Amino acid sequence: MKVTKDLVAASATPMVLGILAEADSYGYAILRRISELSGGELDWTEGLLYPLLHRLERLGHVESDWRSVAGERRRKYYRITDSGLAELAEQRRQWDTVVDTLKEIWLGRGDSRPLIAIPLGGHA
Amino acid sequence: MTDGQAELQAQFAQWRHYVQRRRELTSADADELEDHLRGCVDELVGVGLRADEAFLVAVKRMGSLDELSREFAREHSERLWKQLVLTGDIDSPAGARSRRDLLAMIVCAAGAAASIKAPELFGLSLEQDGAFYAPNLALFVLPWLAAFLAWRRQAGKAVIGVLAALFALGAVAANVYPLGDESQSVVLTGIHLPIALWFVVGLAYIADDLRAPRRRMDFIRFTGEWFVYYVLIGLGGGVLIAFLFGTFEAIGISPEGFIAQWVAPCGAAAAVVVAGWLVEAKQSVVENIAPVLTRLFTPLFTLALLAFLVAFAVTSGGIDVEREALILFDLLLVVVLALLLYSISARDPLAPAGVFDKLQLALVVSALAIDVLVLMEITGRITEFGTTPNKAAALGENIILLANLAWSAWLMLRLVRGRTPFAALERWQTTYLPVYALWAWIVVLVFPPLFAYL
Repeated sequence: MKVTKDLVAASATPMVLGILAEADSYGYAILRRISELSGGELDWTEGLLYPLLHRLERLGHVESDWRSVAGERRRKYYRITDSGLAELAEQRRQWDTVVDTLKEIWLGRGDSRPLIAIPLGGHA
Repeated sequence: MTDGQAELQAQFAQWRHYVQRRRELTSADADELEDHLRGCVDELVGVGLRADEAFLVAVKRMGSLDELSREFAREHSERLWKQLVLTGDIDSPAGARSRRDLLAMIVCAAGAAASIKAPELFGLSLEQDGAFYAPNLALFVLPWLAAFLAWRRQAGKAVIGVLAALFALGAVAANVYPLGDESQSVVLTGIHLPIALWFVVGLAYIADDLRAPRRRMDFIRFTGEWFVYYVLIGLGGGVLIAFLFGTFEAIGISPEGFIAQWVAPCGAAAAVVVAGWLVEAKQSVVENIAPVLTRLFTPLFTLALLAFLVAFAVTSGGIDVEREALILFDLLLVVVLALLLYSISARDPLAPAGVFDKLQLALVVSALAIDVLVLMEITGRITEFGTTPNKAAALGENIILLANLAWSAWLMLRLVRGRTPFAALERWQTTYLPVYALWAWIVVLVFPPLFAYL
């Protein structure tokens, strides 16, 4: 399965901010984490991630600095700011709305009618 | 294993080299991406790949640099516009050097502005003593530009001596001859002395390497860029003056005298040095504009000249050769020569002859054809009515330009046919430069006594 480009682009910001809200991180680790969490379905390119990080930095949602963690290479770490946390909360609210609405439509409330129009992976 | 490591480092170094050639990617980006690439390689080595295999896979995963830089450019579009950093970093030696340049420029520009006003101390004024100012104008300003360049090139004592002697000679030519206000020679000196002195500036420009033809070509480039910058500064100055005039007028103060006496002359004089400094400061940062204009106008001028030739053949009437017409056709040749020079200055010497070279050949040949027609008319006139300083100067210039263009056309024809390398054309143009200087000095120094101060 391939997630369309528009959807990847739209969801990239909350994902990056969400990962950075857990802990400070650097580009390669963020990419690995996204890949892990999505079970390899979301395959981001470097051309997507780094310009996005730089944009978030320009907007003040994240800050960056070069750090040398013991036993590792010097890396550019990103840290979420207060404005980034606020942005994350806002994005989360919007995504919750979108996801809830989709669930309502697709699964239906108390409606047992099977949804023939939606092909589910694996089922004939 | 260490062998593999060394090889890997070399591969990383090469990859970095490619990344750093991209203007969209700064060296901080390169560091970040390299770290990413190394992370990817480490992981692949961890699952059992050899170092060189891992590198190939990691680079492949990153995708093409073209795509990557395109994505970066979307976020950092400002990086595609080269910015001129005039004062540089405070700490770096290059920054210290450019700040010294800035200081020297300010001193020289102030000197030029002060020089243009200095004669007022002796009771001369810009408005009333045009006969004094007209031939001397270049003498107030160009020595300062030459001084700035000589300082920047750390010219030797001998060169400085020659520069000073030539400017002194210019001052003698402008002031010693007893020329009347209305004489043709005053006008001729007014036109030719700046040209002669500009070549003295050229001497200061190439002071660090007098013999190298490359430096002469650099001076041609400098001249074109200087002209473009001077015009741009002039336009900006015009806007400034318009606002100065309008705003002060609105509160009932008339700034007319102040503008005409101070702002305009001092600004114009200082801008000569400022434009020279700008060209020096920006030469490696901003693309040259003169060759771009050349590309734009060569086809248009070729078309115009060919149209003129066709129209001339169809109507088969003679050319009305007045004195102005001769000057006009001189200027036409100058423009054609400039178009030629500035495309030469920007051309890759090793590139084979292309369509543009053929177009230029057409331009030069049609200009030559027109000029021959004009010359045939004019020599008839001169033999009939005798000569004057104006006619002699215009005719001399025409012949000098004609000789240059004719030989250039020959070299270009051979270039288009692949018989001569481009370097021959370049060398011809740089070798010819002193001829213009010599002629300008002849008009300034020899013509007035030759024509009995007419």
